[in-house]
Amino acid sequence: MKPVAFEYCRPDTVAEALALLEEFGADATLLAGGMSLGAMLNMRLVRPAAVVDIKRIPGLDAVTINEGEVRTGATLRQAAALDHAALMAAVPLLARALPNVGHFQTRNRGTLGGSVAHADPSSEIPLAIVTLGGSVELHSKRGARRVPAREFFLDILTTTRAADELLTALVWPRARPGAGYAFAEIAQRHGDFAIVACAAEAVVKPDGSLAHLAFGLGGVESRPLVADTAVFLGKHAGASLAAEIAAAAAAAVSPMSDFKASADYRRALINALGSKVVAEAFANSRGALK
Amino acid sequence: MIRLKPGSRHSVNLTVNERERIGTAEPRTLLTDFLRHELKLYGTHVGCEHGVCGACTVMVDGRAVRSCMQLAVECDGASVRTVEGLAEDGALNALQRAFNRHHALQCGFCTAGILMSATHFLAENPDPSEDAVKEMLSGHICRCTGYYPIVAAILDAALEIRPDKQITKEKP
Repeated sequence: MKPVAFEYCRPDTVAEALALLEEFGADATLLAGGMSLGAMLNMRLVRPAAVVDIKRIPGLDAVTINEGEVRTGATLRQAAALDHAALMAAVPLLARALPNVGHFQTRNRGTLGGSVAHADPSSEIPLAIVTLGGSVELHSKRGARRVPAREFFLDILTTTRAADELLTALVWPRARPGAGYAFAEIAQRHGDFAIVACAAEAVVKPDGSLAHLAFGLGGVESRPLVADTAVFLGKHAGASLAAEIAAAAAAAVSPMSDFKASADYRRALINALGSKVVAEAFANSRGALK
Repeated sequence: MIRLKPGSRHSVNLTVNERERIGTAEPRTLLTDFLRHELKLYGTHVGCEHGVCGACTVMVDGRAVRSCMQLAVECDGASVRTVEGLAEDGALNALQRAFNRHHALQCGFCTAGILMSATHFLAENPDPSEDAVKEMLSGHICRCTGYYPIVAAILDAALEIRPDKQITKEKP
């Protein structure tokens, strides 16, 4: 199918983009890489009055690496992020997640900000930023705000972004000292939507006890989520603890059922894949200590 | 700022296979349809129209991308390379010859897209592993070959294209 007729707007500045969003409100749709929007336009799942193409706004793809955090501009392409060695070193979980995002051909055009704004529950970039506890920068003519990623996603393709707001950047916490990271997913073919994706950030103390763990799950519920792992802190970080953590997470979630997998199958995947990912994060933390 | 009204046609300038091409498109016209119907370049195929099958892959500003998921007006000013731009002096290039040798196509519907992906891929990865080729091919669907001949053709083409390989051969 082909898209409905719409007005095409290509602002040169963020201010112009915000003026267009104020003018059109919910009848405008923002276009960055278009790797999700393009399909939705073609299938007429979205029927906008205006498409606001932000991809040529100068500087909106900038990467800023500060002492405590890393800021990636909304239109930074996934392939460009993968090629950015300093960014990948500063945010190792993102480096592990990105090769799972779509395909070579879509990462060449798809953006980090677009993936987060689109909010597909199985997407890797939203899962990574939720797991790490990053945040999302939004601008509108009313002002700017920063929303914690864990509060940004509300439901399938639904976020706290208001119709007149532009997602301008993602803010990532830098790698914790001594932390280990791991990411893995199961999909029908490489690059497809994940049936279950698991992400973990762990810090294991020199005595082998668990000091910190963030264990994120994608593709399970209607938005990426982080398991509650507080009760496991201080325990010996080994394979059996990893299995226990995955089992607790699998029991706590309410997975969706769809044509690809039942809720029970997703629970089984959280057990199998989750324990591997958590154990790998433990091992990588031990490696980081050496 | 550029604002193009819905329903009316607007001028789109592209450099296609190193030639300046001008056409007109509605804001909603996909790059695929612009290449085929406006510029009459029918080598680029239209498959799923939602970015999954890879048949429509072309190179825009040097990068392999889906032409079904971008608008012609979005690409105004860009440099586009399509399968028609691969042959050198009217003869198949090294990658195309490798596809021929390895029987890497049967019906040929997916081939144009795969050739364009492989062209970008080999430019970035002159000495690719088999796994890397397969990962790149995960962005394409071929219902004829079972992919193995395609993997073999791309690996073989890499050997032929790579300049350092030829230099190594000449050195003692």
